[in-house]
Amino acid sequence: MNTRLFLSIIATASLPLEAADWPQFRGPDSSGTVAGAQIPAKPKIDWTAPLPGRGLASPIVVGDRVFVTCSSGPSQERLHVICFSANDGSRIWERQLQATGRTMAHPKTSVAACTPCSDGRSVFAIWSTNDMAAFDLDGGLLWVRGLTADYPNASNSLGMASSPIVIGGTVVTMIENDSESYTLGIDAKTGRNLWKLDRPKSANWTSPVPWKTDASSPAVAVLQSSKGLLGVNAETGSTLWEYKDGASTMSSSVVSGGVIYAPSNGITAIVPKANGEEPEQLWRSRQINPSTISPVVLGGMIFSINGAGVIATADIKTGDNKWKLRLTGSFSGSPVGSGNHLVAVNENGLLQIVDTAVEGGAVKGTVQLPLKKEPEELVLSTPALSGGKIFVRADSALWRIGNDGE
Amino acid sequence: MKTVLTSLVIAASFSAHAGIEDSVKALASVGREGAGNEAAGVAWREVVKAGTSALPALLKAAGKGSPVADNWIRTAGDAIIAAELAAKRKPDLAPVISFLKDTSNAGGARVLAFDLIRQADSSAADGIEPTLISDPVQALRRGAVERLIQAAKKADGDAAKAIYTKALAAVRDEDQTKTIAGALDKFGVKVDLPQHFGFVMKWHVIGPFDNTERKGFDTVFPPEKEINLDAKYDGKSGSVKWQSVVSDDAYGKIDINKPLGAKKEVTAYAVSTFEAPEARDAEIRLGCKNAWKVWVNGELLFGRDEYHRGQKMDQYIMKCWLKKGTNTILVKACQNEQTEQWTVEWEFQLRVCDSTGTAILAANR
Repeated sequence: MNTRLFLSIIATASLPLEAADWPQFRGPDSSGTVAGAQIPAKPKIDWTAPLPGRGLASPIVVGDRVFVTCSSGPSQERLHVICFSANDGSRIWERQLQATGRTMAHPKTSVAACTPCSDGRSVFAIWSTNDMAAFDLDGGLLWVRGLTADYPNASNSLGMASSPIVIGGTVVTMIENDSESYTLGIDAKTGRNLWKLDRPKSANWTSPVPWKTDASSPAVAVLQSSKGLLGVNAETGSTLWEYKDGASTMSSSVVSGGVIYAPSNGITAIVPKANGEEPEQLWRSRQINPSTISPVVLGGMIFSINGAGVIATADIKTGDNKWKLRLTGSFSGSPVGSGNHLVAVNENGLLQIVDTAVEGGAVKGTVQLPLKKEPEELVLSTPALSGGKIFVRADSALWRIGNDGE
Repeated sequence: MKTVLTSLVIAASFSAHAGIEDSVKALASVGREGAGNEAAGVAWREVVKAGTSALPALLKAAGKGSPVADNWIRTAGDAIIAAELAAKRKPDLAPVISFLKDTSNAGGARVLAFDLIRQADSSAADGIEPTLISDPVQALRRGAVERLIQAAKKADGDAAKAIYTKALAAVRDEDQTKTIAGALDKFGVKVDLPQHFGFVMKWHVIGPFDNTERKGFDTVFPPEKEINLDAKYDGKSGSVKWQSVVSDDAYGKIDINKPLGAKKEVTAYAVSTFEAPEARDAEIRLGCKNAWKVWVNGELLFGRDEYHRGQKMDQYIMKCWLKKGTNTILVKACQNEQTEQWTVEWEFQLRVCDSTGTAILAANR
């Protein structure tokens, strides 16, 4: 084997994720955006793939494959992982597990509430029951955990919803609730604990986000709770810094350019310090209240949608409020975007493309997803972006949205 | 030469079989916190590679008490059937069907067997499902009960009533029971739901004790030390004594606010004696949206300090042992400091049943 080929293989093996991948909740870096995605100006449904059960977990995209989780059965005790072709929506493989933790959840949410994540080689899925499983991209099982079997009081009768992330070789998953509350760093290869961190005894539906000092630094896992934010070394679980001024237990932080925009007292922009001191606060705006929905940063603006569908915007450097725009409908899923365009899907399945370059914002395109009426379904999930496509799911189906005329 | 070849084939076959047995054992041996995952990951691929010949060993290993191990086993079976279907082969289901029909096999393993049959050949599963109406495993009964409900909905008069009556004898799940009981009610048949489910209806309640700052959950108040229905104790705001409470709720709810008044940051206890006709394994199934603990005959079964996140029947399932004669069931229910309208409830519902959800009724009911 020649040296160039060897190095090429090593590079491929160590950097399996592709630029167009959307490997976790709110995409690469959990930022709600991905470089190079083209948002369809005239959105249309390319294909529809039926789903076998309920779910509000977002689809994730790895290469030409889309992965979705569902739950089915009388008490949503059947846990599904399904791999679809991103090209035509055909089902490539499906695996089923049986819930080992509690399936109880608020009727509006479901057991498949947590978005899976991927490091480009494996898919890590977790459900509200705290059942967790890792598969290779072809459906081979790598490992299984039952985190409520391991820690019997870890559950939330309203349902769990935090989505894991992968940093290096560690899957970081927050199992935070009123009782046995913790966050785990799990070895991505074996499923064994690398570390376990006791966390505030309080229901928490936020997801961890990765944060880097700079592009070359290893990512830090940022854990959010009612107490604030905690920066954790993903490899060891050791605490690096702490922000103690409280934060939302529903809307997750967003990171852009090394700044964390935290849903804390409205939105608070902070920059953690390398010496472990309390992070520097850049600004705080109570005019932007993300409620249950996570914000997104595009260009020089931060965007947040409240449950009633009003987009609020602010300058990311100053926190100064900019325009507001009322979209159609009420929302549970978070917006995502790329370039100058936001994608937001309301609960009734109206996907709306917002041009943010226009002063005051403007809805440039819409497409209505054909939701089932019996039983009535809602879109509660956050869309995924990859290339020029949008992937969004409800209980009954996964859709790929492309550009009309392409 | 022929003998040598035959011996080699037999030896290879035996070796492969032994290899599969070892691999399945690795799947069944995973422990807490992912112990054994590394070996199981390798074994899973070996088992799946073996194809349908591994199914009997997989089924034999399933349902032995580790639900996490069962997921290793289940996904292997799932992958084997999926591979057969992808190769457009019709899997030989005879051993799986035979395993399902043998009710001495573990319940969870038989559920897996039925799921594999369904995955491989839905028409075969449709043919089997109605025969499972009296199966000892509730999850296997459910489909048969659903078929009866659908048949009854299409029938009229006495024919419908007869089908619903047959379904009632088999049903255990709450949603299906509600449907059947509601339909029978229209035929003038009143279903005794507390008896059907085995809810404990007669209790003695005492309180309030203190739960300021939620500390009462871990505080040992006198009822945790002794059960004396004639005793009086110092409560949160004066002397407290046991009061008789009988549930009038179809699902056995005991509303503690009624005897003790709507209070905050308080703890109460409820006790009931359960006369068991025989010594046996049983399950205590609890629904409670307050922090709670449950003891049977002085043994703490479980406790959970979650408040006002929701309540449903069979929310928590706890294994216990009933001795013949008098058993004491003690419930601790704590109310916290929240003042929102949706935090008023201070209640629980508890039933005694077997692992299929079939009621175990007390002689002193």
